[in-house]
Amino acid sequence: MTTIADPKAPRAPRPGPGRRVTRGNVEMASWLFMRISGVVLVVLIFGHLFVNLVAGGGVKAIDFAFVAGKWASLGWQVWDLLMLWLAMIHGANGLRTIINDYAEKNATRLWLKVLLAASFVAVVVLGTLVIFTFDPCPAGAAAGTLPSFCPAP
Amino acid sequence: MWSWVAHRVTGFAIFFFLLVHVLDTSLVRVAPETYNAVIGTYKNPVMGLGEAGLVAAIVFHAFNGLRIVLIDFWSKGVKYQKVLFWIVLGLFVVTMAGFLPRHLMHVFGGN
Repeated sequence: MTTIADPKAPRAPRPGPGRRVTRGNVEMASWLFMRISGVVLVVLIFGHLFVNLVAGGGVKAIDFAFVAGKWASLGWQVWDLLMLWLAMIHGANGLRTIINDYAEKNATRLWLKVLLAASFVAVVVLGTLVIFTFDPCPAGAAAGTLPSFCPAP
Repeated sequence: MWSWVAHRVTGFAIFFFLLVHVLDTSLVRVAPETYNAVIGTYKNPVMGLGEAGLVAAIVFHAFNGLRIVLIDFWSKGVKYQKVLFWIVLGLFVVTMAGFLPRHLMHVFGGN
């Protein structure tokens, strides 16, 4: 008696009853976060683009003195800090979804996510430190680069 | 379907700009001259057009994102999703019509 071959195409084993398919409510929290942070980011980024690119002199007016003038007020520091964190989490979570959708090999997915996590940590830590340690009037700066409120050298 | 593709493509592009943008802004901690030299490259015409494209990507992603929120949370969102998409495109055109002349004037207008 002969047996015929399994007619199914080769495919990854389906998750069995013993394997966790979802991780609690993490994906639900991620879904909700994208929507809440998205709405907040529309306000933060539209405000950022209006002040930096539309009002005043636009992109040509952006220089060290312009940034120093903004970060002299606590309001813009909080604005930019919130924008940095929300945009980075929103963007990194979006990329995580894209990686999960298109990287089919387990090893590829893992390494892309390691790379994503490393970039996320590096950029968020760097950006946060810059906002909190910023000095609008650094000593030894070239003449004419500082905002007008700095004491004359 | 196409709104989903465009949302994904614009989100992907915006994220990579964001990484670069945090790095270039961080140069304010190196020296004012260093920051001014690098941000100066954002002011040439080619980069100016790139900024127009970036803003277009952000504006679409923002309005379409609000449409997704309405589809998910508004009881009539799914029913009106197609109408909402046309509203997104309309708001996109209006916003870019307000932004582009001003931005291009900044980039190409001599001063």
